[in-house]
Amino acid sequence: MNELANLFDAALLSSTMRFATPLLLAALGGLICERAGIFNIALEGLMLTGAFAAVAGSYYAGVLGGVGAAVVAGAALAALYAGFVVGLRSDEIVVGIALNLLASGLTVFLLRALFGVKGAFQDPRIEGLGSVRLPLIEAIPIVGPLLSGHSWLVYAALMLVAIVWVVLFHHPLGLRLRGVGEQPDAAATLGVNTRRVQAAALIVSGMLCGLAGAQLSLGSVTLFVEGMSAGRGWIAVVAVLLGRAHPVGVAVACLVFGFTDSLGFRLQGRDIPSQLTEMLPYVVTLIGLAIINSRRAQQKGLQP
Amino acid sequence: MVATSSEAPALELRGIVKRFPGVLANDHIDLAVAPGEIRALLGENGAGKTTLMRVLYGLYPPDDGEILLDGKAQRFRSPTDAIHAGIGMVHQHFMLFPSLTVAENVVYGREPQRWGLLDRTAAARQVAELAERYGLQVDPAARVADLPVGSRQRVEILKTLYRDARVLILDEPTAVLTPQERQGLFQILRELASQGKTVIFITHKLQEVMDLADHATVLRGGMVEATVAVADSSPEALCRHMVGRDLLPQLAKVPQATGESLLAVNNLVVLDNTGRRIVDQVSFEVRAGEIVGLAGVAGNGQSELVAAIAGLRSPAAGRILLNQDDVTATSIAARRQAGLAYIPEDRNRVGLALAASVADNLILTGRHNPTLTQRGVLSQAGIERYTTDLVERFDIKIASVREAVDHLSGGNRQKVVTARELAQEPLVLIAEQPTQGVDVGAAESIHHNLLAVRDQGRAVLLSSAESSEILALCDRILVMFEGRIVGELLAEELANDPAAEATIGLLAAGGEV
Repeated sequence: MNELANLFDAALLSSTMRFATPLLLAALGGLICERAGIFNIALEGLMLTGAFAAVAGSYYAGVLGGVGAAVVAGAALAALYAGFVVGLRSDEIVVGIALNLLASGLTVFLLRALFGVKGAFQDPRIEGLGSVRLPLIEAIPIVGPLLSGHSWLVYAALMLVAIVWVVLFHHPLGLRLRGVGEQPDAAATLGVNTRRVQAAALIVSGMLCGLAGAQLSLGSVTLFVEGMSAGRGWIAVVAVLLGRAHPVGVAVACLVFGFTDSLGFRLQGRDIPSQLTEMLPYVVTLIGLAIINSRRAQQKGLQP
Repeated sequence: MVATSSEAPALELRGIVKRFPGVLANDHIDLAVAPGEIRALLGENGAGKTTLMRVLYGLYPPDDGEILLDGKAQRFRSPTDAIHAGIGMVHQHFMLFPSLTVAENVVYGREPQRWGLLDRTAAARQVAELAERYGLQVDPAARVADLPVGSRQRVEILKTLYRDARVLILDEPTAVLTPQERQGLFQILRELASQGKTVIFITHKLQEVMDLADHATVLRGGMVEATVAVADSSPEALCRHMVGRDLLPQLAKVPQATGESLLAVNNLVVLDNTGRRIVDQVSFEVRAGEIVGLAGVAGNGQSELVAAIAGLRSPAAGRILLNQDDVTATSIAARRQAGLAYIPEDRNRVGLALAASVADNLILTGRHNPTLTQRGVLSQAGIERYTTDLVERFDIKIASVREAVDHLSGGNRQKVVTARELAQEPLVLIAEQPTQGVDVGAAESIHHNLLAVRDQGRAVLLSSAESSEILALCDRILVMFEGRIVGELLAEELANDPAAEATIGLLAAGGEV
């Protein structure tokens, strides 16, 4: 009992937020694409690119430069994705996988070319995002540690959930986006440029993935490690499907994944082998995929 | 509101030419439609109607010619331009977002806003006002996915009105409607015309032209064959313009003694995917030498019943007897071996392999025919002979049997399916919507083929949404409603009854006669 109480303390909640944020930012990007009728499978590569650009930008131009570089790099890679998928009508899965491979190779290459290091890059000149303390909320028992003391990107991510929700369901742009995703022909006959909408959705998702990467490399740490996205982009893809491409559903899915991440982290250093604890987020992802699949089977059955 | 020559035309086309590789789809077409007029555009499949409307809607740039609206020349580079100029199109396959509401569908792309956000209240109000003004009944808050086909069409019309369309183009608007919905649509179109809108509708159905239009323009081979005032014309005259010849004399249906039961269905139950009884305890039989019609509004179990007989769906209970043998649990191949042939409703996905040649499609079911093979290998010469013969017998208009089916018009595709199925000389033929989307000439030839099967003393089960087709061909008519057979009518009793179609319509809507 005591053991359990030790496990589930305030710090666990706090790190849940930290782990969930990169997932959430990337998943919001994936959600926008999904609603526009594009299955964005390059979240992983976009996030990794963002993480590298954030460190590089921060090294040369400070923390804001880092975040800006991450957003621009994500948008640029996503624009390339859009060029193929929307412009040339290539298969989004094939191009997405190619971009993921490109991102992992390119970041390793640039790491050596720019900083002459292998594996990881850490330098005192890299400025982190720091943390924001919320004066009044901090004092509240459970909510305080959950909400206070994070990087500002964590709060931005939470606000973005609300912003995406409002735009999607209460702004003309969201209506058009959803229409393009559902019946592109119908949207086109009403004079909406479907390609432009889809390209814009991809580029915005690239920017959000860039932010996700920045949180990853400048949030709780200030370093870049090769392949540091470590499958989080894929987990974000699962979160989009699990949350049915609804901002609230996706946010809940990301928090669940963030919690298991943080639980896995916490379980390290106990008697359980670390290989097992590190598996936890991925096992939960598998369970999530199983849920999505059984739900699909049910939906199929419902169709007349 | 019949147009007079003194009025300036709301829409005028002058010398429209549209070429596709190898085809002159529109050959100097002139058309002038007055404000407030209802104009029918008639023609066989491939006559150039659809191309002309696509040119008018900015989907294809014309190679030559002019489009004038209220006397002003227009250049449409995209549908957006056409919409801005006041042209609205109701496509045959609806262009709607099923998950969105009626109001959202209507205002999409031109949304009322409040504080930068979508103003749903204003959208609903504007849509309700438009619906009220033109007599279109529809709930702005309903989700389109939940609406029946007739209401979805009203949403399409509202979309054009919301964009201030003055010229409405409807592409085969009645193809998917029940007789009641059709009457409702006609009323709406008349109301629109009386308020000064110009309506152009494309159709295959001559009776609709007579019922609704002021003038009819007939296209043939990409050219305007004739433009006539409907009041001075007749279905026969229109048909002559369309086909270029008289139709064969009225279908001669000689009463004939029926023989033994060739197809029998006993207490058949078919479940849909949710486990609901979509076919509920249905029993009937089709005897040698008769055509039995299956009438009803789409979605009342006819498709599932036919699918169960054809072997595409397993029934939950009941028996199917083919020539008095129980085939309930046998394979499709075994049923075909026993003499069943099937003309499916969806010729493009079920009936044909679109990418394959006409010849390949025609021999799909004839693999066991000895003339097609030589020592177990398909014989090209044999195939050529066999398929060329079918093409001639069924009057399929193609350049070569090597041509891919997806180059053919709807009517010719349907003839390919019909030829293949009838070539088997089936004991029992199931024909499902055999003339849907098919022009008058092709429909006529398919009807003659079905009658020939009957006259040879074999059995036909005809499922059709067209009551006129059912009445013209069938000896007995079964009306389905909510999975059950709610009425059985004898053709001879209905023969001279002007209310026959209405009777079927009433039964099909769950009413009592």
